[in-house]
Amino acid sequence: MSDTNARIAEIVNGNDIVLFMKGTPLFPQCGFSSRAIAILDRIGAPYHTVDVLQDPEIRAGIKDFSEWPTIPQLYVKGEFLGGSDIMMEMYEAGELQTLVEEKGLVAKA
Amino acid sequence: MPMLAQDIETLIRAALPDAQVTITDLAGDGDHYAAEVISAAFAGKPRVIQHKMVMESLGGRMGGELHALQIKTGVPT
Repeated sequence: MSDTNARIAEIVNGNDIVLFMKGTPLFPQCGFSSRAIAILDRIGAPYHTVDVLQDPEIRAGIKDFSEWPTIPQLYVKGEFLGGSDIMMEMYEAGELQTLVEEKGLVAKA
Repeated sequence: MPMLAQDIETLIRAALPDAQVTITDLAGDGDHYAAEVISAAFAGKPRVIQHKMVMESLGGRMGGELHALQIKTGVPT
């Protein structure tokens, strides 16, 4: 396992909800990352973000880690869930809310 | 380099012959598309796998020449 892979694994396993994104929650640098943040804010569970624009190794490495070609990427409890389209589909279907509740990451409304 | 909507559709259909594919050019600039793909091949598979199947049909163009392709998948009703 490369150093970058190990670093990514550490981030993913050390945080319940992680979003790898371009920019920050306050200043997303891409429409897809912006959309992902909007969904996470609606969910209301605490999340950690990694700005791949500040870290070229992770920016390249995350795509191999998940075998997924684009950013943003969402991980919940160490599992790769998908990008912003999947987040939106899951959110609209109520599946994302159910998932974070089942994992005990947000209080039930 | 922009891609034509027709090319995207052709690539997806080559991988998923039964698929109903709807491509929408979101910005009118040949660079921001949405693809809705309905195929029986998705039945019982997690979304992440369904999306990967569509991405793989595009042979590595996602994240490269195709920056902005929104994907939505489903099974025929």
